[in-house]
Amino acid sequence: MGKLTIGSFSSLVGSMSLDFAVKLSEAAVQKGHKVDLWTSGNATMLSKKGQKAFKDYSHLAKKVQELVATGNFQITACEACAEARGYKKDDTMEGFQRHSMDWYLASAFSADRVLHIGGD
Amino acid sequence: MAIKKLGFVVRTLPYKIEGSRLAMTHAISSQTVEIYLEDGDNVEPVVCFIGDGVLNCLKGHQAMKHYGITSLEQHIKNSLLLDLNVLICKEDVERFGIKEDALIMDAADIGGETNAKIVPYSEIQKAMESADHLLFC
Repeated sequence: MGKLTIGSFSSLVGSMSLDFAVKLSEAAVQKGHKVDLWTSGNATMLSKKGQKAFKDYSHLAKKVQELVATGNFQITACEACAEARGYKKDDTMEGFQRHSMDWYLASAFSADRVLHIGGD
Repeated sequence: MAIKKLGFVVRTLPYKIEGSRLAMTHAISSQTVEIYLEDGDNVEPVVCFIGDGVLNCLKGHQAMKHYGITSLEQHIKNSLLLDLNVLICKEDVERFGIKEDALIMDAADIGGETNAKIVPYSEIQKAMESADHLLFC
């Protein structure tokens, strides 16, 4: 089985790119692959705990936590991008890591494939 | 022991979205990636500006004056100071009617010794083909 590293810059609400990244992660994990999902820029919004599920908006927190529980999925927020948006360490949902950008490059180093979703 | 090439392909306008800034900050972060890797392993970024992305390379950014943030010009210069390979697409530069002296080609003012290169798209294609992973921003 392989390792997929996905990077996304797109916001949780306002773009469906992050939904795609999480759905792709789920599909890969279900096939037995390992996935690292790096969220940078506006995508760090996904790391915020306490998201309320409305049917009109994307809600990915539950799916992220299910994926983390598999042990084959790591999700990490860019620490600087999160702090710049006021998302503090204490605001981070359980299972979400925070690192500097070099974590993403290190993940890419050992990945079989990298899919980078630039975004807004 | 291995070196993995990462190709950052910048296609987005400066300041409109965060894409080009994140491309450059991620490329620059290659300088500290070794802390996560085995001895001898490393990554080698190449930053390619194509399409609208070449407009990031115009000199004279006033980002601090107008937005109160560091300029992408400074990020490009920092990339050159760190000897990153910075490629600018010749055809796209010509399409916008930009002359070379209007572009950020070096970081000599901060002690950099590496220059950006204006190259035909075919050279950028080669750089992308030789990269282990591509990151479109």
